[in-house]
Amino acid sequence: MLVRTEKLKKHFTIGKGQILHAVDGISLTIDENEILGLVGESGSGKSTFGKALIGLHPRTSGEAYYNGERLPDRFSTKDHLHYSKQMQMIFQDPYSSLNPRMTVLDIVGEGPTIQGQQSNLEIRDKVAFWLERVGLNADHMSRYPHEFSGGQRQRIGIARAMIIEPRFVVCDEPISALDVSVQAQVINLLDELKQSMGLTLLFIAHDLSMVRYVSDRMAVMYLGSLTEVGPSNDVFFEPQHPYTQFLVESNPEPDPNLERSRAFKPIVGEITSPVNVDAGCRFADRCPRVMDRCQVETPELIAISGDRQVACHLFD
Amino acid sequence: MDTILSVKDLEVEFSTYGGTVKAVRGVSFDVTRGETLAIVGESGCGKSVTVQSLMGLIPMPPGRITNGTATLNGKSILNLPAAEANKFRGVEIGMIFQDPMSSLNPTMTIGDQIAETLKVHRGKSDREAFSMAVELLERTHIPEASKRAKQYPFEFSGGMLQRAMIAQSLACNPAILIADEPTTALDVTIQAQILELMLELQRTENMSIILITHDLAVVARMADRVAVMYAGQVIESGTVDDIFYRSSHPYTLGLKEAMPSNTHDRDKSLTPILGSPPDLFKPPTGCGYCARCPYAMSVCAEHLPPATRISESHEAKCWLHHATAPRIKELHQLDDQDAG
Repeated sequence: MLVRTEKLKKHFTIGKGQILHAVDGISLTIDENEILGLVGESGSGKSTFGKALIGLHPRTSGEAYYNGERLPDRFSTKDHLHYSKQMQMIFQDPYSSLNPRMTVLDIVGEGPTIQGQQSNLEIRDKVAFWLERVGLNADHMSRYPHEFSGGQRQRIGIARAMIIEPRFVVCDEPISALDVSVQAQVINLLDELKQSMGLTLLFIAHDLSMVRYVSDRMAVMYLGSLTEVGPSNDVFFEPQHPYTQFLVESNPEPDPNLERSRAFKPIVGEITSPVNVDAGCRFADRCPRVMDRCQVETPELIAISGDRQVACHLFD
Repeated sequence: MDTILSVKDLEVEFSTYGGTVKAVRGVSFDVTRGETLAIVGESGCGKSVTVQSLMGLIPMPPGRITNGTATLNGKSILNLPAAEANKFRGVEIGMIFQDPMSSLNPTMTIGDQIAETLKVHRGKSDREAFSMAVELLERTHIPEASKRAKQYPFEFSGGMLQRAMIAQSLACNPAILIADEPTTALDVTIQAQILELMLELQRTENMSIILITHDLAVVARMADRVAVMYAGQVIESGTVDDIFYRSSHPYTLGLKEAMPSNTHDRDKSLTPILGSPPDLFKPPTGCGYCARCPYAMSVCAEHLPPATRISESHEAKCWLHHATAPRIKELHQLDDQDAG
């Protein structure tokens, strides 16, 4: 295993004794050369988890390990310099994540420049190499982000992360802002990079069909905690946790016959507030199979078979 | 059939510093009572501009409707003066938008905003309009509607705001509801709730829906008929089964190949559509899709393909359907393949 977290928590104090439990005790492992898909609704804490994992947010408590080394709770500049050689991130919004006043050369070359050790000429060659590698024209390196389309910008973001040649990359909704025809281009590129560079990816997204397609294993998050973890196809086709079942049922598929035959009542209510959360299952107030116990006791993630884990009292 | 809205050869362009953008280039479609027509396409294909021009929501200038007609129950609705347009906007056609947060007035309570519609169009008194607003919120299943009606948009979640928008659009019992990407900003579980609500209201009110979306999965759940748009034109139209099971345009096929279907195993890789849509400052003389089309022929770049009728309900604009064109397995196998 390459990455591991142990009860990782990230709380934000939002004033007047209010604490927002964005990530509330996540224990997860990611194996070398694996794509782990992390799904959940907005506000479930999946992006915060990704950022806390690679040190972009200091952790409130819990542990995170990379390659057996314990990561510091709060990254110093030195830690960032050290770990950014191995851990990188690709951001959701290809518009706001690129500095509009920097050229593509500056953006993609910034990482190696900060890392030092290379001459400007070497960096330039490397940028050219990586632009071609992600399917952009190396002659365009003196252009600015606004001269590119959304899909091309996302490729710039990918080149910026990959030029460091990291082992582990957090992809935070890398395709949500893109059109369908372009999404497939980016997914295939990520898959190809994973194969050729032996990358390990944490793929954060809310599009269930795409996550199932892309990832080896899938983890489902709800209100800061995990509800279910397992091989993607198993979680998708045989969801065990009542929340995962709802999520899968809510997910429409591009097949009219299937949609017509779907007997489905949408889940009632909405994701509740993650502020000042008490003990008990996070999903209890919307769960159709709720028991008394669910209101008072927080379910732990337990193994129900070799590679499946579920956090639900129904499986105790 | 009972056609309520009929759009013919609609063309819309915008003057900008960079030149004139031909956003909509000859779009025609009909909407019959009680049906859902989905208009699908990627960003920039002209789907939103099409419906906005019907509603008179295109700022003119810089926009211009240069050609075409649109009739609602036999009356022309294009290029009307504002006073005339206000007689059918929100009355006979309701509209909901992608981003309910920016479409509602942040300084007015939800109830007052819905009541305003009723006061303006139906001449209701303040009190009567407000209590009707509460009823409308109840009809869209907003819990504690009378309390929620006194709240402001910022106190609502995204899903609840979209319900409030739907409530407002229903105020005058419109014959048609135009929904422009109504669930794009919402989570999949909330999306399921809103789609279910739209289907329920359609059944009870016998309302027609024009659904604008880029999401083929939403189309599969909602639509009776589909128009696929690309580069300002409808390139294929038909029933939902025609489009999904008997796709007859390479772009429609390409969209389907680019998406993971849920029977798809991981070994088969997605087939992206390479390249990007044409520049509508200089619209192509031939087929808009030909630069990205794997089957493009020389005629495609030079002449606009005519609409070919595939069946009673199904039409596609592609030269491959010409009698002398080569037969492509993916497009012509449809003859012997059925929806099942």
